[in-house]
Amino acid sequence: MKVLLSGNEAFARGAWEAGVSVAAAYPGTPSTEILENIVQYKDIYAEWSPNEKVALEVALGSAIAGGRALACMKHVGVNVAADPLFTASYTGVGAGLVIITADDPEMHSSQNEQDNRNYARFAKIPMLEPADSQEAKDFVRLAFELSERFDTPVFIRSTTRVSHAKSIVELREPEKRPAPDDIARNFEKFVMLPRNARMRHPVVEQRLRDLAAFADTFEHNELITQETDIGIIASGTAYQYARESYPGKSFLKLSMAYPLPEKKIREFAARVKKLYVFEELDPFYEDQIRAMGITVTGKDVFPVCGEFSPATASAGISGKRPEPPAPLLDHLPARPPNMCPGCPHRGIFHILKTMKLFVSGDIGCYTLAALPPVSAMHTCICMGASVSGAMGMDKALRGNNLGKAVAVIGDSTFVHSGITGLLDIAYNQGACTVIILDNRITAMTGRQEHPGTGFTLMGKPAKQLNYETLCRALGIDHIRTVNPYDLEQVRSAIEEEVNRPEASVILAQAPCVLHRREFRQSGPALRVDTQACIGCRACLQIGCPALEWHPGEGAKGAAFINGLCTGCAVCAQVCKKSAIKPGK
Amino acid sequence: MDRVTNILMAGVGGQGVILASEIVSEAVMRAGFDVKKSEVHGMAQRGGSVTTHVRFGEKVYSPLIKDGEVDILFSFELLETVRYLGTLREGAALVVNDQKILPPSVTLGRDAYPGDIAGMLRARYARFELIDAPAVARQAGNARAVNVAFVGALSRHFDIPEGTWHAAIEAMLPPKLVEVNLKAFALGRETQR
Repeated sequence: MKVLLSGNEAFARGAWEAGVSVAAAYPGTPSTEILENIVQYKDIYAEWSPNEKVALEVALGSAIAGGRALACMKHVGVNVAADPLFTASYTGVGAGLVIITADDPEMHSSQNEQDNRNYARFAKIPMLEPADSQEAKDFVRLAFELSERFDTPVFIRSTTRVSHAKSIVELREPEKRPAPDDIARNFEKFVMLPRNARMRHPVVEQRLRDLAAFADTFEHNELITQETDIGIIASGTAYQYARESYPGKSFLKLSMAYPLPEKKIREFAARVKKLYVFEELDPFYEDQIRAMGITVTGKDVFPVCGEFSPATASAGISGKRPEPPAPLLDHLPARPPNMCPGCPHRGIFHILKTMKLFVSGDIGCYTLAALPPVSAMHTCICMGASVSGAMGMDKALRGNNLGKAVAVIGDSTFVHSGITGLLDIAYNQGACTVIILDNRITAMTGRQEHPGTGFTLMGKPAKQLNYETLCRALGIDHIRTVNPYDLEQVRSAIEEEVNRPEASVILAQAPCVLHRREFRQSGPALRVDTQACIGCRACLQIGCPALEWHPGEGAKGAAFINGLCTGCAVCAQVCKKSAIKPGK
Repeated sequence: MDRVTNILMAGVGGQGVILASEIVSEAVMRAGFDVKKSEVHGMAQRGGSVTTHVRFGEKVYSPLIKDGEVDILFSFELLETVRYLGTLREGAALVVNDQKILPPSVTLGRDAYPGDIAGMLRARYARFELIDAPAVARQAGNARAVNVAFVGALSRHFDIPEGTWHAAIEAMLPPKLVEVNLKAFALGRETQR
């Protein structure tokens, strides 16, 4: 049967067809939909893990016990999972272990554009790279076969344009694999004491040589010999872009990003007059091919930064860039992303801005508060860095620390990587205030469950993390809960806590306005009394999409509230003239 | 059909651009074409501009359209149409929904929404269609069927049987919404250009 699937839907289907037993992940664009789609296959146990390190360890445990396992993450998630990854390379697997890394060239929704092909070489494990949804599905099964045949974890690398593109896929029936009845013990292989690890390292090196030999026979590393004046080596969507622009030229399509098929590359190089390597981000193939002593053109004509497009290949090879037509209008208003109307984060950041605090920020929807008109976040590094970063700031300021800075982190991000930072603050006596924005969902990636929501990925009711008990156990003595829609309560709580010479946590609790289960009791939609509005525009500074400026209203223009209003009344509390009132 | 047909769909988050692209992709696949479609999810979606690339033909490699090769710009919003004019090939068709959604800089009074975009487009592009899709959807009985009504207008550009479109709509929508959307599609397919 043929169906239209996204790369992520195809990965999920491929996992089912391969008889995967356990799948674990932490949500992250562009990887999130893999696990969201796996849930439809009821014979797979699937979980949202608190973070990627846990997800990979859960998957490795399943593989050691004999159940095929899949761990999925975005590119930066592999940084978090790198610790088990490098040692899993030494232990190898029992049943197959596959890790899907979804990279985000162009950083559509990421903080850096690292090229995770480097991780395959660094961790000394093979990596497959599909170029469309059919390959996404088929390569999952292939990856499991490789994993078991060569006793290694196997990477599959996706990118935004594979994960989030749809193409036609021919489906297969799933493989039925019985659950193991016990765990086989193997001291030399699974106990990485130095003496055993020393024995495993040469095994890893031999495995790489075996995999390199396999790469030369791997049919999906495909030699396409046509006109030989130009030959292009490419993988993933870069291959698709180049093939589109140069349908008549010769290609070596790499489907295994690591290790490289040296014989095939030499053979291809000998066949063509001019050899190009067309690869997105780093010169990963290019450097290795040069090291083989082969002359090749790559990053001297193609960019390192940003994602490729179909025009990139022809621009680099021909040196010509088409002139864009004259614009119809000189200036177009931009349409940047924004926090939703009624978002519980908005009032908090408004208060932080008025208090002129340095905000050590984190990753989530609330990172949008760094943008105008709110502009109330001053760092955003990685998951959890708000908390530990605030500790460093506190210590650097020495005696001048009080009332200067605050850390702000979302609930899911706190669970992912904020807890250890908070433990550090308690243990090493930082006088830091951490605001946990608990909207009871992983909102940014599309509302996924986590340990604080009370439900699992598979829809079962679950133990719900109690933040207050947790923080108290970590050693935080001052914990208070605020309603983020009550601006005076928020302001006085922050005022008191940031000036306290001890660590504190403020829990700002209200469900995400897009939450599927939890709904906030909100008031009626609001309106602006144009007689009372003095046109000061203070309400517009909170950046709510429901607020508009109507220059023709009143004496000097007035604010207007459109149909998007949820009645959260944050704007009404900002208005000094009480001009924002309930009802029509 | 040897050459690949390139449709760029543009709009604003919440307008149903993605669903429209799903229906079109499903329909062309059912009509026997190879098809690829691509868009970006995540941060870029929070109320911002949305684009989807849909490409179909005998064999499609790239999931993205090369700049300067868009055959049809299928735009859900007037201002968004202008944003992507640089991607059009010579002689491209524009199918534009007659709707304005004010961006934040305009609602905040720091910027102005350009005047008479439709007039300027009509003057520059020979193949320009302005469709009042919200009115068509209301006529069909559900104001939220704007995107499917608009797909109805787009469907006239392809030699694909009406039944194939119906099958695609039935496959992509929950059963209780099929009837009203089929009606919106039919009205969109007949609407004045």
